[in-house]
Amino acid sequence: MNEDIVIEVKGLKKVFGENVIINGIDLTVRKGETVVLIGPSGCGKSTLLRCLNGLEPIQGGSVFLHGEPVEYGKRSLNKIRQKIGMVFQDYGLFPHMTVLDNVMLAPLKVQKRPKDEVKTEAMALLERVGLGDKAKSYPSQLSGGQQQRAAIVRSLVVNPDIMLLDEITAALDPEMVHEVLNVVLDLAKNGSTMIIVTHEMAFAEAVADRVILMDGGVIVEENPPQKFFHDADTERAKKFLSTFSYSK
Amino acid sequence: MDRSFINKYYPLYIESAVLTVTIGCMGIILSVIIGMLCALCRYYKIPILNAIAAAYTELSRNTPLIVQLFFLFFGLPKAGIVLSPEVCGTVGLAFLGGGYMSESFLSGLVSVKKTHLEAAASLGLNELQTMTNVVFPQAASVSAPAVCANVIFLLKETSVFSAVSLADLMYTAKDLIGMYYSTTEALTMLVIAYLIMILPVSIVFTLLERRMHRAGI
Ligand SMILES: Nc1ncnc2c1ncn2[C@@H]1O[C@H](COP(=O)(O)OP(=O)(O)O)[C@@H](O)[C@H]1O
Ligand SMILES: [Mg+2]
Repeated sequence: MNEDIVIEVKGLKKVFGENVIINGIDLTVRKGETVVLIGPSGCGKSTLLRCLNGLEPIQGGSVFLHGEPVEYGKRSLNKIRQKIGMVFQDYGLFPHMTVLDNVMLAPLKVQKRPKDEVKTEAMALLERVGLGDKAKSYPSQLSGGQQQRAAIVRSLVVNPDIMLLDEITAALDPEMVHEVLNVVLDLAKNGSTMIIVTHEMAFAEAVADRVILMDGGVIVEENPPQKFFHDADTERAKKFLSTFSYSK
Repeated sequence: MDRSFINKYYPLYIESAVLTVTIGCMGIILSVIIGMLCALCRYYKIPILNAIAAAYTELSRNTPLIVQLFFLFFGLPKAGIVLSPEVCGTVGLAFLGGGYMSESFLSGLVSVKKTHLEAAASLGLNELQTMTNVVFPQAASVSAPAVCANVIFLLKETSVFSAVSLADLMYTAKDLIGMYYSTTEALTMLVIAYLIMILPVSIVFTLLERRMHRAGI
């Protein structure tokens, strides 16, 4: 087994009722890699991420994190999930806790680390994303961009092996998109392993080591960003990319 | 208004108010426990218990307390189960209140967003940790107003206890009217007694709600 492989997906199949959403996907993500996942709305990007962290039962294939199977509904899942950080489109910060308490929840309750140490680390991370002065605020007192940065810190503080980011700027006003994406760029530069779903193509090109286009339940194209964005192999990719450009 | 009548009989009111409050409190505490258990069975869709809890909730909320009390006091003895008026009052109130509390707690539980449950899961929290850290605190603040309203509703419902010959406030007032025809005095004291019992509870709840509201919960 290759030590470097963080996530390995083999022949993944996901069905909702009659609809086959994911129809045999293979995917390997190595340590330090940033993979950007793009595709038309409804093609199953979120579903794929959710399967990676056992939030959805799967109907075929398998998912491994560092060689350990990720299985929906299994007790072992809680342990595995500590190694997978997930950030959602709608932040998902707990409204009844301060930002700091949100961030400290998993390290304290799940990892059972000492409070002083956790607090120091949480504050350092909040400082790093520019939220040092918001630690004692409640999520409702923060802007969307600030909430999303706090949510990133909350996933980061447990030191996950991989981060899954699902359209984390889709609900934000345009002027806040940047501040959040900068945090993600910073993480990528510092060697975090990530799978990022996004519709921000310029960001995708900047952050990705590899771009994957999903459509019709399968991977249509998989290439490095320069290749993908400027000289795509498939017509499907070219067509998809053309929907993001404007010409008179 | 006959002041001497009031002076003479107010201790009777205090005595029966204590009885009303005691049974009221016990009934309400039990109804909170029953309500929580039912709400949990329904929220987590525990097989069989879920159906029982749902059926019980409908039964208790759609039959009047006085009918439930009659069943306990006059019906059960025919089946060989004889309960004292005090037990009937407590059980009856708990039975009625349990249904209302179950609805109120359930509405709080279902108000917790799926995103928060999934966020908790992906942080590695187990069911119990998710329940105590994420679900309950949020559910509590949503349920609180309805639960408070139920408490006041149930305190008022205690006024039918006299139907099973509990010597509660209503019973005392009716007794005095029957014996001395001093309707005005007896009823005035009755109204005041209920106000003294319920108004403070109501005020405390309103203040609590305002504080929770300010805390932005
Ligand atoms: N819980 C669900 N039940 C039924 N269908 C679902 C469910 N979740 C997602 N889907 C369907 O699966 C497809 C893929 O959804 P999703 O993964 O959210 O797409 P994307 O994130 O790429 O926009 C959509 O057609 C959606 O309607
Ligand atoms: Mg999506």
